[in-house]
Amino acid sequence: MSIITALWALGILALIFGAVLGYAAIRFKVDADPLVEQIDEILPQTQCGQCGYPGCRPYAEAIANGDDINKCPPGGDATIKKLADLMGVEAKPLDAAQTPAVKRVAFIREDECIGCTKCIQACPVDAIVGASKQMHTVIVDECTGCDLCVEPCPVDCIDMVPLTSSIERWKWDLKAIPVKVLES
Amino acid sequence: MPTLFQQIQAGKVWDFHGGIHPPSRKERTNQKPVALLDIPDRLYIPLRQHIGVAGKVLVKVGDRVLKGQALTQADNAMAVPVHAPTSGTVQAIELHTSAHPSSLAEPTLVLAPDGMDEWRPRKPLDPEQADVYTLLERIQESGISGMGGAGFPTHIKVNVKQPVDYLIINAVECEPYITADDMLMQERASDIISGIEILVKLLSPKAVLIGIEDDKPIAAASLKAAIGQKDNYFVREVPTKYPSGGEKQLIQLLTNKEVPAGRRPLDIGIVMQNVGTAFAIAQAVLDDIPLIHRVVTVAGETLAQQQNVLALIGTPISDLLNACGFQAEPAQRIIIGGPMMGFAIADWSVPVVKTTNCILAPTENELGAASEEMDCIRCGACADACPASLLPQQLLWYSKAKDQDKLAEYNLSDCIECGACAYVCPSEIPLVHYYRVAKADIRETQREALKAEQAKARFDARTERLERDKQERLERNQQLAAQRVAQQQASGQATQSAAAVQQALQRTQQQNAQPLDKEQIIAERERKKAEALAYQQQKQQAVTAEPAADLATEQTEDPRKAAIAAALARAKAKKQAEALPEVATDPAPPETATADVDAKKAAVAAAIARAKAKKLTQQEPEAQPETAAESAPAEAPASDADAKKAAVAAAITRAKAKKLMQQEPEAQPEVAVEPASDVDAKKAAVAAAIARAKAKKLAEQAQVQQTEPVAAAQVPEPIEAPAESAPEQDAKKAAIAAAIARAKAKKQQNSEPL
Repeated sequence: MSIITALWALGILALIFGAVLGYAAIRFKVDADPLVEQIDEILPQTQCGQCGYPGCRPYAEAIANGDDINKCPPGGDATIKKLADLMGVEAKPLDAAQTPAVKRVAFIREDECIGCTKCIQACPVDAIVGASKQMHTVIVDECTGCDLCVEPCPVDCIDMVPLTSSIERWKWDLKAIPVKVLES
Repeated sequence: MPTLFQQIQAGKVWDFHGGIHPPSRKERTNQKPVALLDIPDRLYIPLRQHIGVAGKVLVKVGDRVLKGQALTQADNAMAVPVHAPTSGTVQAIELHTSAHPSSLAEPTLVLAPDGMDEWRPRKPLDPEQADVYTLLERIQESGISGMGGAGFPTHIKVNVKQPVDYLIINAVECEPYITADDMLMQERASDIISGIEILVKLLSPKAVLIGIEDDKPIAAASLKAAIGQKDNYFVREVPTKYPSGGEKQLIQLLTNKEVPAGRRPLDIGIVMQNVGTAFAIAQAVLDDIPLIHRVVTVAGETLAQQQNVLALIGTPISDLLNACGFQAEPAQRIIIGGPMMGFAIADWSVPVVKTTNCILAPTENELGAASEEMDCIRCGACADACPASLLPQQLLWYSKAKDQDKLAEYNLSDCIECGACAYVCPSEIPLVHYYRVAKADIRETQREALKAEQAKARFDARTERLERDKQERLERNQQLAAQRVAQQQASGQATQSAAAVQQALQRTQQQNAQPLDKEQIIAERERKKAEALAYQQQKQQAVTAEPAADLATEQTEDPRKAAIAAALARAKAKKQAEALPEVATDPAPPETATADVDAKKAAVAAAIARAKAKKLTQQEPEAQPETAAESAPAEAPASDADAKKAAVAAAITRAKAKKLMQQEPEAQPEVAVEPASDVDAKKAAVAAAIARAKAKKLAEQAQVQQTEPVAAAQVPEPIEAPAESAPEQDAKKAAIAAAIARAKAKKQQNSEPL
């Protein structure tokens, strides 16, 4: 008899706590930052498609679904390292052999531009301005250097030029001779 | 327990962690008066000599400028102007090597002095009378930025809203060799005090603390004499130790306060100004002399006369050295700044700028080149020497590993790059260089993160916009289609033509439902090409045989066909005359006249004119290929073969032209196919059908792509079509050519990455 009472008591308690926990799970649900968002944060957002996906977010989704993390040339090794940390996998060398050492931006030779707007349509970040039959030009500060405008140009007037170094962006050269006082 | 202020009043001086005692070598220059130099042949005045942005250039090449005239204009808060150091002519505004460790070229104004040294009119201010804004404006307009080294615009630093407890004047000058401030204080102490008084008026501090190292007794004495009996001006002599001239170190020495990491001295109620800046302010306000010269220490054993000189801003360093009896050694190094924090330059034409306080031309024995770097032995000497209480060996470790998180954790940003750690390092590791590289990397990473954020925002905005455009276009197309149907049903057109339109509509809809697959299209195209070739050969034979009889041999003598052609030509000519008088008229009217004589030629001319018209309409950005498939004039000739039908066809074309006139001028890729009627109706029909299917497919693609300037993407098409059809003497060829051109255009479209 006492066993049955105990079973009843425990059963009712289990039901009550189950209900409380179940309610709490719904009421206090925390929206965890989804993995895709985190990966997308790490990717350089050039939208260049060199990974084989049409933009950074699709690649982030692919990585979340198990694709390789070493397909992003603009991000380089730093991005791969961060992705490896996030995904808990081994950092691999970059898939594509061509790693552009210097940042490049598109440049339109304006004399040759025929105003066909094809590059404007190709630019993923709207960094090219111009209108039909009017000369186009690239907004250097907005260009991500993704190369996507080079291919569609019918007159091949778009070059990828290395970003000129300015005093603000200049990095100290380790080989520079350090200045130091000798003991007299 | 006395309060802090009481302690300061009592003359207490505190200490900071670390520091080093390198040989000062100041005795070489601190006894000689400041020398004046001849005006150099050329002055190179960089447009930006401070932290911030360059002003707008006010002069142009060839202008004559007077001494003290502003060359640039400060158009925002972070800009300060530069001035002409002497009168002369602006010779160029070009890129010239900058006085920066990178030696990158910067926009520089080249001034050719005329030797007259003629001043612009000057308007001295009375600091007692002038209000704060006038003083601030004068400071900015005189181009004054911090002269201690960083070059921060002074008018921003002294324009504060917060209460200021202490104004600290930095007269420490702790770096070896440099005596520029020392000499300035010895010679112009009273001017410096006037400048400090102006600063006091702007900031209203509780007290003014002048920090000076105890190895400058003459300068300290002259400052004290200039102050006289003024209240709350304290000259505090601090023990000689490098780097007590650092901003945070001097604050700690004089007030025992520490500036929190990542904050400014102003946050703890302190403003610090360099003694040279105070002098420049005095000159700007009291004498209206903008910042056009400064005292520079020129030292080093390769010089016959090591001394301080009053150099005009923009004087090439080589001129300064030569004026001091420079004898270059092989592999001579020239250093701008002191031996601890300075940098070597490769190009000696670099000019003196507002922040240049010292130029060193040492011999090889005096300042040796760096020796071989060895491994860190973790002795900890650097940590003992660090004035910012950092752990240099850890920072070195993480700098080499490029671990930016750890570097931030170990407060790399608090490193003042004084070089004390590298100075004491027994392994001769250039520690500061590693930190500078690491700092630049961190800045770059931050910049890239910001850029990625912007790029993402733009990408998202673009995606959203494209989606919205697509929806809008779909809606508009549906509306237009509905309107068109309603119009056609309402307008009292001939029943037959209405029926034909309906038929065409249905057909296009069918095609829409079941688009021709690619293989079919390719097969058709091949067949048509073969036919075109055969026909051309046949025609060439005919032409060579008897050009005159050409018209006769072809079945064009058939009166029915001639009638059709004439009708068509007339309709077209009329349409052109109405629609595009200025472009299409020139070939059309004369040809229409001859149409009575030779119907076929009229047809050809009409075709050419139509191709031109088409090109014109396609140039309009609004051109929509899908609307063209609707207008079915090409269908009419398909049913051709007797006169009645020809009449009907003509009527249809005329009706179409009219309708077209009422509507917008819309691109009609099909129009060019029409002339096919007069030679081979069946073939023309097939070609037209194929062409229409293609156009349709193109339109669909365009919708998928949903990029507005579809018309622009088709630009090559109209160029090719008239080019091929115009020289042809035969309408059929024109039709075939047009079809081929369209196919080409489509192929081009397909090959484009979507």
